[in-house]
Amino acid sequence: MTWSEMRPLLEQGTIDTLYMVAWSTVYAVLGGLPIGVLLVLTDRGGPLGNVIANKLLGVVVNIGRSLPFIILMVALIPFTRYVVGTAVGPTAAVVPLAIGAIPFFARLVETAVREVDRGLVEAVQAMGGGTWTVVLKVLLPQALPSLVAGLTTTVIALIGYSAMAGAVGGGGLGTLALTYGYQRFEDGFMLVTVVVLIVIVTAVQLLGDGVVRLLHRRERA
Amino acid sequence: MITTTDLTKVYRSRGREVVALDGVSIHVRPGEVYGVIGRSGAGKSTLIRCLNLLERPTSGTVTVDGLDLTALAGRGNRAGRPLRRARGGIGMIFQHFNLLSSRTVRGNVELPLEILGLGRRERARKALDLLDLVGLADKARAYPAQLSGGQKQRVGIARALAGDPKVLLSDEATSALDPETTRSVLGLLRDLNRDLGLTVLLITHEMDVVKAVCDSAALMEHGRVIESGAVSDLLATPGSRLARELFPLGGGSENDGPTTVADITFHGDSAARPVISRLARTHGIDISILGAAMDTVGGRQVGRMRVELPGGPDQTAAALAFLREQGLTVEIPDPGTLTERLTGEGAR
Ligand SMILES: Nc1ncnc2c1ncn2[C@@H]1O[C@H](COP(=O)(O)OP(=O)(O)O)[C@@H](O)[C@H]1O
Ligand SMILES: [Mg+2]
Repeated sequence: MTWSEMRPLLEQGTIDTLYMVAWSTVYAVLGGLPIGVLLVLTDRGGPLGNVIANKLLGVVVNIGRSLPFIILMVALIPFTRYVVGTAVGPTAAVVPLAIGAIPFFARLVETAVREVDRGLVEAVQAMGGGTWTVVLKVLLPQALPSLVAGLTTTVIALIGYSAMAGAVGGGGLGTLALTYGYQRFEDGFMLVTVVVLIVIVTAVQLLGDGVVRLLHRRERA
Repeated sequence: MITTTDLTKVYRSRGREVVALDGVSIHVRPGEVYGVIGRSGAGKSTLIRCLNLLERPTSGTVTVDGLDLTALAGRGNRAGRPLRRARGGIGMIFQHFNLLSSRTVRGNVELPLEILGLGRRERARKALDLLDLVGLADKARAYPAQLSGGQKQRVGIARALAGDPKVLLSDEATSALDPETTRSVLGLLRDLNRDLGLTVLLITHEMDVVKAVCDSAALMEHGRVIESGAVSDLLATPGSRLARELFPLGGGSENDGPTTVADITFHGDSAARPVISRLARTHGIDISILGAAMDTVGGRQVGRMRVELPGGPDQTAAALAFLREQGLTVEIPDPGTLTERLTGEGAR
């Protein structure tokens, strides 16, 4: 394969990968953030302390976390078809990616929020703040650096998963690597695809680290 | 201003029960500084956290400014709107300051104002006024990490005052500070108490704090208040544990033969009169001073002195009566209590 043959394929593949990762990240945040926060709030002694709800939520998250992504993807095909209308292509791949990433990110959110000093929560409750105030003015702002770090990890995991989604016709760089590199023995093309993935992952990591450093700077001073 | 009746708190965890408060009844008058003192584990923090219902008492009632807070508390951990509003009128400061590292000093002071629903302009104005009041107007844009411990606690105080509270609760607010900073923060609390009529309930394990600012005090042990009242009254009460803790006096007699050891408490104007030398003159006896402590408590000169008089109880009765006539409190210490100490342990 020549470079001019590879280029349009790579461009489309990169766009598809970024599309899948971007949308599934949005859903991972929309779903994972509240679940992670709820895991902390409902914990024993928390502002919404409710042992049963906490255990239930924990079990659901654990199930989501322990299913291998490839199995999740296949198992979700009927659901994906129902939601998107098809089980093939980048848009269809967003469904299992999002559902896999929600519990993943939720645990990272839980860890980040749990590290916020309980004294701060108490201080705000002593001022007359309710649960929303605690979440919006204390837990999330104080956990922000760790949340960004967790988001970085999630995005990188999603890039990996999105390549896997290629195995079931998800599109993107994973599909390219599989169809051209693996099935048609285009080792050169496979190598280029892998390099593009490495570049994307590195860029995300550097960006995430930079933001975390920026957020931390004021707190350490 | 603050009244608790028969307050009890029992913690249950994995079948084990800890009785942190065991029938605590205290009464804090409007405009006074009330100190609660005791060893760590005595239940002081539990008590103060029950006062604004951060901790739900197992039984008993808490009334602050005429409002029965225990009646406002709903079920479960969640605080309903009436309780939240009542909390807004009670300021609280903490040993570890509990400032948000993600907000500037001004942002921290604005937080309670946001909860109260003030507009942006008004918040900024009020926050700057409060920072001015605690002497930190120039630090408004700094982050807490850039401040010293004393400055952080001043921010904590400014924040606690944001809701114009009538009551300020302080849990070991000076325990993480060095002695000089402690003095300046206590001075600030004293000023606020005097200038704003703020009622202050403070918890401490340091007797010096009680001496420096408290009008009244309560001594806690094993979840119970074992002594309470106005500090000046307690000092005049024979056998008072608090008086002994406030002015610990040195050891016992080393003389042979019959002697009488007496602890004398001076307060009010008797502190200024030369009572001891007059006693020596009028009764013609030699007096040894075994230990003495003088201090200012609540702005008044107070002191205690342990003296030794020659002769047994019969020979010294007249001399002791003379001292009592002069308005001094005289007690004969029980030898067993001579070495007992409350303080000298680290903060929790
Ligand atoms: N959340 C809790 N769960 C169980 N026991 C507690 C809890 N909080 C305090 N205690 C216990 O209650 C007692 C009083 O504690 P505390 O009020 O913190 O004392 P102090 O502030 O005087 O040091 C201690 O024995 C402590 O171990
Ligand atoms: Mg304590």
